[in-house]
Amino acid sequence: MTKSFILEKLKAQINPSLSDETRRMAVADRLSKHATGVLPAMPATRIKRVNKFIEKVIASQATIEQISRRNASQAISEYLRSHNLPGEIRMGKDERLKIIRDDAKGLLIKDGRSDGQDLASFSHAEAGVVETGTLALFSGPDNPTTLNFLPENHIVMISENDIVPHYEDVWKVVRSRYGEGQMPRTLNFITGPSRSADIEQTLLLGAHGPIRLHVLLTRD
Amino acid sequence: MQITSPTFKANSSGALKDPQLQKALKHVKSNFIEKRASAVEALPEFDALRDSAVSIKNHVLENLDIYLETFEKNVTKNGGHVHWAATASDARGQILDICRRVGAKSVTKGKSMISEEIGLNEFLEASSIPPIETDLGEYIIQLRGEHPSHIIAPAVHLNMDQVREEFQKKHTHLPADRELSEPESLLKEARGILRDKFQQADVGITGANFLIAETGSTIIVTNEGNGDLTQSLPKVHIVIASIEKIVPTLEDMSQFVRILARSATGQEMSVYTTLSTGPKRKGDPDGPEEFHVILLDNGRSGMIGTEFQDMLRCIRCGACMNHCPVYHAVGGHAYGWVYPGPMGSVLTPQFIGVDQAGHLPNASTFCGRCEAVCPMKIPLPRMMRHWREQEFEKHLSPPSHRRNLSLWAWLAKRPKLYRISTALVARGLWLLGGFKRRTSFLPFAGAWTKHRDMPTPQGGTFVVQWNLGKRPPRSIETWRRVK
Ligand code: SF4
Repeated sequence: MTKSFILEKLKAQINPSLSDETRRMAVADRLSKHATGVLPAMPATRIKRVNKFIEKVIASQATIEQISRRNASQAISEYLRSHNLPGEIRMGKDERLKIIRDDAKGLLIKDGRSDGQDLASFSHAEAGVVETGTLALFSGPDNPTTLNFLPENHIVMISENDIVPHYEDVWKVVRSRYGEGQMPRTLNFITGPSRSADIEQTLLLGAHGPIRLHVLLTRD
Repeated sequence: MQITSPTFKANSSGALKDPQLQKALKHVKSNFIEKRASAVEALPEFDALRDSAVSIKNHVLENLDIYLETFEKNVTKNGGHVHWAATASDARGQILDICRRVGAKSVTKGKSMISEEIGLNEFLEASSIPPIETDLGEYIIQLRGEHPSHIIAPAVHLNMDQVREEFQKKHTHLPADRELSEPESLLKEARGILRDKFQQADVGITGANFLIAETGSTIIVTNEGNGDLTQSLPKVHIVIASIEKIVPTLEDMSQFVRILARSATGQEMSVYTTLSTGPKRKGDPDGPEEFHVILLDNGRSGMIGTEFQDMLRCIRCGACMNHCPVYHAVGGHAYGWVYPGPMGSVLTPQFIGVDQAGHLPNASTFCGRCEAVCPMKIPLPRMMRHWREQEFEKHLSPPSHRRNLSLWAWLAKRPKLYRISTALVARGLWLLGGFKRRTSFLPFAGAWTKHRDMPTPQGGTFVVQWNLGKRPPRSIETWRRVK
């Protein structure tokens, strides 16, 4: 069998001074401890970290505005209008997005996955990582992953409470929600709108994914 | 793909005379180097992260068998399938079997150098399931019937007018007089065409930047989002990855993510880093129904425990070629196979044989920039020297080369004679250089001087000058003592 052929070959090549037993223990140890490595320095206070997150989001060529959760519909409507887009938005059933359903302010809300024709979508991020202004989104029954990629405009809501310093903090969220060694089916780290530099190294936004990424940062 | 590494010299002279290519290569030199430098400078922990990543990869390689089994167990636990491929042809066969079983008519592909390594596109085409490349650069070169000339910027050898020409020639369903003068319009056209392909595809094939043993997740790191559409829209997702892509845990992966984009494009983070674990789950509105991972060995297991083991740390960032004077001069295609630049000069002899690719490790100035910028601290020049030694031992280097080396060895063992001859040569070159102090004519080295001048010696030999009491400037002496 190919599998045993490859594994036997590896065993034969690997440094023989270490016994299989020692190696197995080293691996088990590393997997169970999942120790944190080198972490980039972070501003000491929460406020400064939130500010740095905002800075990094802007540096990634996304846009960001701070709102109160109950004004979400209005913020979305205004954003769509400012880009001459129809007042329609595609979104999943995530509880945290319900607020705009309850008070739609004239927005047309479309449910479920995208058929590829939608111009705008709305999602909720599970975390925002300060070090690079990265949003972490988990897929699930109420959060279709394709909403992050198909529409040209992607609006993502995130609470200030979910802003964390490092990627490693997202793994803590994952483990506490799904269990050790468990993952959401798709975990998307998103840093700015889609782009390509494949034509003469000229940076262009909106390659296959969204042309615009807009973040609604809520205090509540 | 057709291997042209044996004619590296001819490929290179062709490349040096190709004005379109030379124009395009300028972008490599100016863009990548500057961007990487400022990204690295902005992260004080960069070097510590490199060390951390190196030690993680070394640990993985020493325990690769165990990690691969752990990875397989966790993929399976999540409802995915792992296929073990010892050779390129095993991997091609496994992919074709899956495509046939699900009756695939249309296949989309995210960018994957492994798929180039196994010649997947040609194979699927010959099997009447032509795959469509969806990364913009890959799409452009697929239209042109070419292969990538760079591992992260596959179309870097092309200029905009060449892309425009190709779109006009191939996208015949669009009006001939459409506006295509700006790069934006080219991108928009490709985006529109590929949108339909994503929706129609039955199978999506992607590579993987990392495989996480702890969770059985595969990871792609991209900027365009094509990889994500490739893997989440069709009903089957096939990941093709080589065995050394394993990292133990999510925390370990985070160390690599921090150095990958900075080294590659000079971004702090690529736009999309996506972790996929198994097929879609109960109640999921999207995602593939089947999730397959092909684990490709293709000779890598044989590198472990040898002088080439360190090469398996490579994370395919492209920094070594971005900083290589040889790559800047001749581009990626001259290398004649899948992997160009310094990493290619080490990998190509491994995959296609040193008899076929012996020119590549020789085409190095040993300036050491590749090793200095390699985030994984791979001793690329040393490994190129290993290949040179093997080439010499196997009597593969040309007779003239061997004869000259023997002559030099004979002379070097006779110090007096050596001194007299070098003094004569230095004097001769000085005369040849004249006022310009450089020469474009060297006896027996016409091929070398065809593309560059040789600076000529401006004094006696080192020994002569030393005996005259000349000493190096202070700064060099201090440096030597400190070392
Ligand atoms: S050898 Fe180093 S620099 Fe070159 S692609 Fe691999 S990791 Fe990057």
